[in-house]
Amino acid sequence: MMEKIAHGSDVTHHYLRPKKKFPNVWCAGCGNGIVMGALIRSIDRLDLDKDNVAVVSGIGCSSRMPVYLDFNTLHTTHGRALAFATGVKIAKPNLTVIVITGDGDALAIGGNHFIHTCRRNINITTILIDNRIYGMTGGQFAPTTPGGSFATTAPYGNYEKQFDVVKLAIGAGASYVARGTVYHVQQLEKLIEAGIKKKGFSVVDVVSNCHTYYGRFNKEGDAVEMLSWMKKHAMPIEAVRKIPPEKMKGKFVTGLIHEHDATEFTHEYQMMVDRLAQKEAEK
Amino acid sequence: MKRSGIGKARLLQGNEACVRGALYAGVEFFAGYPITPSTEVAEAMARELPRNGGKFIQMEDEIASIAAVIGASNAGCKAMTATSGPGYSLMQENIGYAYMTETPCVIINVQRGGPSTGLPTKIAQSDTMQARWGTHGDYTAIAVAPSTVKECFEETVRAFNLSERFRTPVTVLSDEVLGHMREMMVIPEKGELEVTERHKPDVPHEWYKHFEISPSFVSPMASFGEGYRYNVTGLTHDEDGFPTANPIEIKNKMEKLRFKIERFADEIHKIRMDMMDDAHFTVVSYGSVSRAARQAVTMARERRIKVGAIQLRTIWPFPDMKLREMFAGVRKVIVAELNMGQLVNEIKRVAPRHTEVFSLARYDGEVMTPHQILEKIREVIK
Ligand SMILES: Cc1ncc(C[n+]2csc(CCOP(=O)(O)OP(=O)(O)O)c2C)c(N)n1
Ligand code: SF4
Repeated sequence: MMEKIAHGSDVTHHYLRPKKKFPNVWCAGCGNGIVMGALIRSIDRLDLDKDNVAVVSGIGCSSRMPVYLDFNTLHTTHGRALAFATGVKIAKPNLTVIVITGDGDALAIGGNHFIHTCRRNINITTILIDNRIYGMTGGQFAPTTPGGSFATTAPYGNYEKQFDVVKLAIGAGASYVARGTVYHVQQLEKLIEAGIKKKGFSVVDVVSNCHTYYGRFNKEGDAVEMLSWMKKHAMPIEAVRKIPPEKMKGKFVTGLIHEHDATEFTHEYQMMVDRLAQKEAEK
Repeated sequence: MKRSGIGKARLLQGNEACVRGALYAGVEFFAGYPITPSTEVAEAMARELPRNGGKFIQMEDEIASIAAVIGASNAGCKAMTATSGPGYSLMQENIGYAYMTETPCVIINVQRGGPSTGLPTKIAQSDTMQARWGTHGDYTAIAVAPSTVKECFEETVRAFNLSERFRTPVTVLSDEVLGHMREMMVIPEKGELEVTERHKPDVPHEWYKHFEISPSFVSPMASFGEGYRYNVTGLTHDEDGFPTANPIEIKNKMEKLRFKIERFADEIHKIRMDMMDDAHFTVVSYGSVSRAARQAVTMARERRIKVGAIQLRTIWPFPDMKLREMFAGVRKVIVAELNMGQLVNEIKRVAPRHTEVFSLARYDGEVMTPHQILEKIREVIK
């Protein structure tokens, strides 16, 4: 590996593609860039070899991220990132596989793949950039858009119910489920780092800002205002455990919310292969 | 490869023969979702792959299956899936992704009647056109088609070879009857049939372009984890794999997808001819219909009718020039197929002016019989 420089933008540049692809497609101030920085720093802290990291994404503003990253990158079809990533991981289990996905990508069109990847508990880390709207297509409501919020396809206020990503992931069997925000960047880095380290399926739900659409339609202001909202409304899980539920009204939980140990898919597969080989040898 | 029974004659089902063929070609990864009449392929893969160093996974649907296959192929595996009509429809968006990203993979489509759930347990050739035009956009497709159990084996090997050679998805168009029938076949010895391996780059990492445009059109392909760290995207991209809006780069990419196959179509075309030497009439068909066509032609010859049979083992790219040459002395062509007439339009397109084209279309879920074809021969020669 190349010699690394300890701090700041030099670390970032080490993991970005040198060829031509900047400036990026994101609006100034978009949370996607903050998540990309956090991901880079956590990978750097884990000291992973760039050649052995694969980053897979679907379609959306958030899913554009891998194009900028200097790893093995697969920018796939809308909603299907986890299914592609599953193929990559099973084919080459030694690769660290990270999925970047949006809330629409992972939970609407890709909802089925999301629950089944949780169920398989395959060693993939999913960073779900949850901006509560479809950014790329111009601000339609998502399965995470809060009731009453406005979107281009909810011009009179959203009358649908929402997914709770965290509960969904836990219920479906993911062995590591965390939530961070693009305001609490140091916490986010740690959550991503621990997610990558965890042997099993990890979900890091990242509360992010799409000020261009969600913020504008719902009078939540620009990027800075949306980030201060996160600062005010995020409650670390440790604090949440100590307070009565009614005090949580209007707030959301952050931190490592769920973790359990369960056998991992590629490991189970390899054990079956070994058992078969042993049987064959005994014959 | 263990337990493949190389050399000895054995009774095999068409679907099993596809699996044997895939193993012979070196398949390392299978992802699929059960669907009649293709399920035996997944079942045999679940048994064989773990014992042969390969990977098997049953995914949550066909969209996920082909996605996992494409993921595995980019990670360096020879990869395939198997399905039938409804599953093939679900796969189409991601098959398009494989065309665009030039990812080799094999899809076995054991055809049944459609549209929709249609006829799960009955035969059809209703995906002839879907194999060519199934996904949106412009591209050139490759599809091959067996007519016997032995050909199920051979065409699956060939599908892998073509997909690796041209960095593109290849469909094997089988059908319900072929998939389920049993015939004796001898599994070829290692080396007897050609097996093509992926062309790997030999340049330093920083020189590598995953989608290089070269005179040979097909660029070498590195896998994830080999140090090349390239980008793959379904967005129209430049040679490095980065999304582009540059008209020249867009045009180059589109032409590459087409010409990398069309320029080398001779390598892909495969046609079987029976009794065509002096034929004034001919029956064109593919798949299990060709079995009936050969019998019908034999019966007609006994009645001194100068008729021959043409079986297409490559459906796409369509063998325009070859057929045109074959039709030189042919006055009338019958196109026999198990759909409402798909192949016939292609034959009409390529037939020279002196050749009249007739359609024999069956779409009631039953097999095409030799008598039915014979009757049609007698009708058109009048
Ligand atoms: C099959 C398909 N349907 C629809 C689209 C259009 N589309 C592109 S991105 C997107 C939504 C993206 O939203 P999200 O996943 O939340 O990501 P964001 O852009 O907010 O980061 C949609 C509907 C598509 N590309 N493919
Ligand atoms: S539209 Fe929203 S999600 Fe997309 S880049 Fe802009 S701010 Fe970010």
